[in-house]
Amino acid sequence: MSSPKFSSLPTRSSDASHILGRVHSFESFGTVDGPGTRFVVFLQGCMFRCKYCHNRDTWPVEEGYLYSVEELVNEILPYTPFFDASNGGVTVSGGEPLLQSKFLCVLFKILQFQGIHTCIDTNGYAQENLYEIELEKLMSHTDLVLLDIKQMDDQKHIELTGVSNTNTLKFARYLNDINKKTWIRYVVVPGHTDEMEDVCKLAEFIAPMKNVEKVELLPYHRLGEHKWKSYNETSELEGINPPTAEKMQAIQSLLMGYDIQSTW
Amino acid sequence: MENTHAVNQFNQHMREWQGFAQGEWNQTVSVRDFIIKNYAVYEGDSSFLKGPTERTNTIWKQVLDLMKQENAKEGPLDFDPDKPSSITSHPPGYIDKEHEIIVGLQTDAPLKRSIMPLGGLKLVKRSCDVYGKQLNPHVEEIFDQFRKTHNQGVFDVYTQDIFACRKAGIITGLPDGYGRGRIIGDYRRVALYGIDWLINEKIKEKAELNPDDIDSPAIRLLEELSEQIRALASMKEMAAEYGFDISRPASNAFEAIQWTYFAFLASVKSQNGAAMSFGRVSTFLDIYIERDLQKEEITEEQAQEMIDDLVIKLRMIRFLRTPEYDELFSGDPTWVTESIAGMTEDGRALVTKTSYRMLHTLYNLGPSPEPNLTVLWSQRLPENFKHFCAQASIDTSSIQYENDDLMRSYWGDDYSIACCVSAMRTGKQMQFFGARCNLAKGLLYAINGGRDEISGVQVGPVMDVMDDEVLDFDKVMERFEIYMNWVAATYIKALNIIHYMHDRYCYESALMALHDRDILRTMACGIAGLSIVADSLSAIKHASVRPIKNDEGIVVGYQTEGDFPKYGNNDSRVDDIAASMVTKFMECLRSHRTYRSSVATQSVLTITSNVVYGKKTGSTPDGRNTGEAFAPGANPMHGRDEKGALASLLSVAKLPYEDAQDGISYTMSIVPDALGKDKQTKVTNLTSLLDGYFEASGHHINVNVLNRDTLIDAMEHPEEYPQLTVRVSGYAVNFVKLTKEQQLEVINRTFHNSM
Repeated sequence: MSSPKFSSLPTRSSDASHILGRVHSFESFGTVDGPGTRFVVFLQGCMFRCKYCHNRDTWPVEEGYLYSVEELVNEILPYTPFFDASNGGVTVSGGEPLLQSKFLCVLFKILQFQGIHTCIDTNGYAQENLYEIELEKLMSHTDLVLLDIKQMDDQKHIELTGVSNTNTLKFARYLNDINKKTWIRYVVVPGHTDEMEDVCKLAEFIAPMKNVEKVELLPYHRLGEHKWKSYNETSELEGINPPTAEKMQAIQSLLMGYDIQSTW
Repeated sequence: MENTHAVNQFNQHMREWQGFAQGEWNQTVSVRDFIIKNYAVYEGDSSFLKGPTERTNTIWKQVLDLMKQENAKEGPLDFDPDKPSSITSHPPGYIDKEHEIIVGLQTDAPLKRSIMPLGGLKLVKRSCDVYGKQLNPHVEEIFDQFRKTHNQGVFDVYTQDIFACRKAGIITGLPDGYGRGRIIGDYRRVALYGIDWLINEKIKEKAELNPDDIDSPAIRLLEELSEQIRALASMKEMAAEYGFDISRPASNAFEAIQWTYFAFLASVKSQNGAAMSFGRVSTFLDIYIERDLQKEEITEEQAQEMIDDLVIKLRMIRFLRTPEYDELFSGDPTWVTESIAGMTEDGRALVTKTSYRMLHTLYNLGPSPEPNLTVLWSQRLPENFKHFCAQASIDTSSIQYENDDLMRSYWGDDYSIACCVSAMRTGKQMQFFGARCNLAKGLLYAINGGRDEISGVQVGPVMDVMDDEVLDFDKVMERFEIYMNWVAATYIKALNIIHYMHDRYCYESALMALHDRDILRTMACGIAGLSIVADSLSAIKHASVRPIKNDEGIVVGYQTEGDFPKYGNNDSRVDDIAASMVTKFMECLRSHRTYRSSVATQSVLTITSNVVYGKKTGSTPDGRNTGEAFAPGANPMHGRDEKGALASLLSVAKLPYEDAQDGISYTMSIVPDALGKDKQTKVTNLTSLLDGYFEASGHHINVNVLNRDTLIDAMEHPEEYPQLTVRVSGYAVNFVKLTKEQQLEVINRTFHNSM
């Protein structure tokens, strides 16, 4: 299934395609992470420790399977007809993809060259040095960013994820500055992110952004609980139920008040 | 002189054919030509469709009540143990005579079944025993003493090796005790030409034969033509009892539907075939409906009402079968398959308003396994129609899809699907149905030198049991090829016997009367357990597989260490093995002489028998345990496709249709949310899934859009889900009619659930 076109790709630095990425898994029929039918690559490794994480098994940076860009591209190319038929493409999620931005950069460059829509699903944890090195380049090969904002209140953010939201918010502003098409995602977790006060802050933050195409409210779900168990841990949120429809609607209309369209 | 005859015929039918574009079809029987010259493609959306009328609701409710009673009995509602069924055996039957539009039942009462002993007396007797009626002693005497059956003929001739293979379960499901089915009469011919024209054609065909040297093939054909002519006359008689004269062509939409249905009714009154498919009727009927609509003789509401009424009748087809049969093919299937849409050879979509109307019955009457609605998919079908189909799939799980772009190049643009995946040029081709061979067991025989891993009996040719500590791929393959050749030889031998006897003692005269005289015949073999074979060979090749022997020295288990690529992940290392097995076994089959010079083909299809095959097969090197169900059809094994639905589809799409021309079946179950967030997205994603799969040359896909929880609940509360339909390897069933085991198997089957 290797693409005949592959060998003639314009890889400027000869070793670029030999960078290895750590892959957790694939989902060939992703329908909820970006437009159309998506091939979703879940990368391994994340610095966040979100209490509600539904991919607990993607945290350790040393696990996963090693893939070269070429291998990954060859894995993806057979799905092109599905992308074409649905205006879909590739979404790289995780884990936190920005941790492997060098790998991602080469991957997206090649995918774009093949006419494949590229999307990154990130929590925005871009460290300072990334801005100096390849972030600009990576963004030039990224068609869409799905940016998770976990909590606007930094204290609560730290409590919820183990890290500050400074990096995330900086990344969000950066995306606005370079006018990168972005979907904001906000996970609604009862007792942790569903306070109207916090949602207001989110609305105030998003409202002036010109690059945000839409906001996706994601009701917390419990489908990932079993993944914690395999690490002999329990999610601290175990036992918390998904938010009610009423709550979701209330948040949606609050955002609407700021002229922000959202779905859930 | 022939031309004069044709012109006379044409003049005679000026009234019925008024307004139709003329063509070759006016001279000779060619329904395809009639369709191509007269149908009107419809590219609009579904907004024209009408809901059920009061009348339809009333009739359907009566039928549903009867079906509920039938479900509660877990067997036939009623059956007639006295009179073997024929086209004219039973007087007219009605659901509600005053309110029915399309009439005709198989017996004198709705859902009442009949006996058809020509296929085999044993099954009839067994059914009578199980369901508590005594078979009429005279009938029993006649078929025991005076009139031989197909079943008896076969068993008179079967050889010891066939018996051994049958008993061990390496070849199973053979149609040697019942009707073979999988033959589709071109029922449309009766509507377009009327019986008299068709009889004249047959007389002509027979006269043209008049061979100088009469040998047995010539004698057989002459006799068959006489049988066909008699069957046509019987159809006329049957219709007359209902008050209709079908000697002439249908003159309007109602008659076209009624005539077509009468022809189909004749076939299901005279044959209890495993699959009794309907053909490709919708677009043909649309021509009549359009003509009436344009003349303002009917309204859209009436058009839909007639189609609804036809479909009610098709949903009521019943055959008397034994519980053992149901264990194999659960859910009381009849495979009244109707093929919808596709493209013409000159690139026009064969989508008409009646394609929509037919699918719309899933809403007007609710979801249903029958008729087995099959959409012949082309990427060039109108977008509106694609979306309508996808939506109906999401709402009802009652549609299967097959690749028209692929099949058209083999079978033209007027083929129909028999049963699940078997394409045949309508009225020009038939198949000798051959069930399937258990390829996974074949692999175990290769390792065990022909001994059965469960019984220990020597079934295949004798070789040593492999005594390698770790199995070597090349060695296993070398032996596997020997056993594939052996089983193919035995298999074809059995099928030759079966179909010789079926032609002789249980000939389908009504169905064959609606075929050309000179037709293409295929010998439709099949394989089960493909994914297990592929994964097992992959394990042997890429991991380390140690055979474990029992006290008798037979390998009964495997210790597999290390990871290996698994079929269903779009990984060519194992997918290529699967594809090459299909090709290899086909080569084995092709190398044998077949009855009536039929062309050997094969399917990768199990229907629901994957459960029974699993039961009869020992542990396999892929890690599957003794007795565990196989994956259905060409599906990857449950839970082994780790990259999601499309990876699975791409693996299946690599199987070569060229070497599996009887079809490659794939069943997909997906939870609604995994298709996307909102309604529109779900439709677009399902449509693109179908487009992409077929572009990758996938052949067939069943689409189930269901929640696992729904199925679990239906298992516990069947009474609340009388119409819950799931698609199972090529056909749909009422979920509540499956055995517990099969229900569990459906629930355990990979549900694609990406969230």
